[in-house]
Amino acid sequence: MAMKIGEKPFFDRVDDALDDTFMRQSMANAQDGLRGKKIAATEGDEAIGDWEDWRSAGEEIRRHTLENLDYYLEQLSENFAKRGGHVFFAETAEEANAYIQQVAKKKNAKNATKAKSMVTEEIGLNEALADVGCQVHETDLAEYILQAEEGDRPSHIVVPSLHKNKSQIRDTLKEKAGYSGTDQPEELTAFARSQLRDVFMNADIGITGCNFGVAETGSVSLVTNEGNANMVTSYPETQISVMGMERLVPTWEDLDVMVNLLSRSAVGQKITTYVTNVTPEVGPQSVDGPKDFHLVIVDGGRSKALGTEFQSALHCIRCAACVNVCPVYRHIGGHAYGSIYQGPIGAVLSPILGGYEEYGELPYASSLCAACTEACPVKIPLHEQLIRHRQIYVEEGYADKSEQAAMTAFGIGASTPSLFKIATKGAPTFAKPFVQEGSISNGPGPMKLWTKIREFPAPGKENFRKWFKEHKKGDSRNE
Amino acid sequence: MKISLFVTCLGELFYQEAAKDMVEVLERLGCEIDFPRGQICCGQPAYNSGYRKDAQKAAKQMISAFESSEYIVTPSGSCAGMFKEYPGLFQDDATWHEKAQKVADKTYEFTQFIVNVLGVEDLGAVYHAKATYHTSCHMMRLLKETESPFKLLNNVEGLELLPLENSYDCCGFGGTFAVKMVPISEQMVDEKVRHVEETGADVLITADGGCLMNIKGRIDRKGKPIAVKHIAQILNSRS
Repeated sequence: MAMKIGEKPFFDRVDDALDDTFMRQSMANAQDGLRGKKIAATEGDEAIGDWEDWRSAGEEIRRHTLENLDYYLEQLSENFAKRGGHVFFAETAEEANAYIQQVAKKKNAKNATKAKSMVTEEIGLNEALADVGCQVHETDLAEYILQAEEGDRPSHIVVPSLHKNKSQIRDTLKEKAGYSGTDQPEELTAFARSQLRDVFMNADIGITGCNFGVAETGSVSLVTNEGNANMVTSYPETQISVMGMERLVPTWEDLDVMVNLLSRSAVGQKITTYVTNVTPEVGPQSVDGPKDFHLVIVDGGRSKALGTEFQSALHCIRCAACVNVCPVYRHIGGHAYGSIYQGPIGAVLSPILGGYEEYGELPYASSLCAACTEACPVKIPLHEQLIRHRQIYVEEGYADKSEQAAMTAFGIGASTPSLFKIATKGAPTFAKPFVQEGSISNGPGPMKLWTKIREFPAPGKENFRKWFKEHKKGDSRNE
Repeated sequence: MKISLFVTCLGELFYQEAAKDMVEVLERLGCEIDFPRGQICCGQPAYNSGYRKDAQKAAKQMISAFESSEYIVTPSGSCAGMFKEYPGLFQDDATWHEKAQKVADKTYEFTQFIVNVLGVEDLGAVYHAKATYHTSCHMMRLLKETESPFKLLNNVEGLELLPLENSYDCCGFGGTFAVKMVPISEQMVDEKVRHVEETGADVLITADGGCLMNIKGRIDRKGKPIAVKHIAQILNSRS
């Protein structure tokens, strides 16, 4: 299934979303609820000093890491390998899946448990492992629910099942998993927990993503709230962590800053319930931990952003703070983006990873209000990157021909004062046939789209320049 | 103090009353105003839609019109914000970059200029109404101007300013977004109008022509009895 969600065209997906009143209410509630929590844990938390200093520190760490990515990736993999782990660099999703399939086949693995991970969604790992006879069991509660639904996909990078309510969840679990209880969240969770116990015990492989690789020791850091990642990394003898190429920090000190930024920005928690750090300790002396530990580092198109103005998009730590403040996401939810990466960061990342052909419309699904840029804990200039994507979309010829013509005309009009003078003088006369009670309800040409839902103002009858000239009289620059 | 008026294309075409009010307020504060005639549009429609070259044409026109100004004052946070983007449009052209930077540095939004440059917070305005204020995204996040409009409005006699729920959310204008993404923009502006209605205000005040055109357009289409005014109209009122 990989990164893409659904086959419908963008506007059909938007229509579907706008019709889903439950989902929309749920997005609005989530945004409004998270807002206060985030403020309390960030600029409102006096104990941590100035939140802006934290953002600057986070940006600095991410910038430094990305600018020296080769060095830190090498350090991470050397340290990981030194302790007996295996590192595999995958240029594509296919390469990553093929490597993991081969590990599963070698172990003759039938069951794998997985902690929540966006990069494994991105590469479509569950399907790839199913193809070699290994079933992947999602153990994050939200992912467990989506998997039970069969074919449902994450609509939020931190809260994947945000689009479902408790009675929908009850129905799914009744139908697919033999649940017979009420729609009380505690009861639903207890059911999932009891189901997952056996799954954890019988797994042949444990799979995780990687919030941060720590280069100086070759460790994998997992930031979670449910404890399932600890079960995934403790039971099976074989462990596979899949990491997006950019998801690492140089030191533990840096990790401290990033975990603070992540948990505070994502859910308004000072720290998540678990921050699980796993370092390979493979060898004859090792009693705890996996006997076999693989780190799969995925490029998957990320390197296309290196050295470009999009490099800072790779600073992203997947906290979804931008998603949580986006007024567009608020109304259309996650699935309308057609990508597992939704909201402002999704609209920036998806075209980088998956191309303009597939995701070129997403950068336009923003009013450029810059709430995303303001919220980002590592200061990615998201709204500027959306504009940059639009420029490339236009330069590469994807844009609508009539829009191109209109903008060329705009360029000429906006640099030719004599034309503008004619236009402002002629506007009231031109608009006259369309004006009723001071505004235009059904405009011609390009105005039509505007007047579909709103009135368009009638051009003022008075000429402002003329008024100003008479008002002033005598200033030479007015001539 | 000598200032140049950057009236904006929306101001010139549709909101002349607000533009006149702005002129009168500034004159009363002792400003000597000129109107550079070469001004047209800041180029934001092209810039935000990805048409960089067309935006550059508009920008050059505006830079030439305003380069000799001492201060540039405009009744729009968003258009002032666009002037601040100009240097970025000319990164590969040192001459124009320098000119663009100079223009950007002397550009102010109307209320920002009054409060931060002139140091005035009470304009002696009188306006009897229950009102609420719409914070424009570009003024708040690109210009980082959040306080000046409130400082001035709080000193308007007779004005009861009511807090607006989710005031930080965009009204759904976004320039060409409003026509490219009509169904989404519609939901955004509807939510904004609903919050405005919930305040019980008779008047919505804003400092940006784009937001004004969008929100007023929707309010009028739905036939809601709420007036939408530019902040200059309130600040120049005496009754």
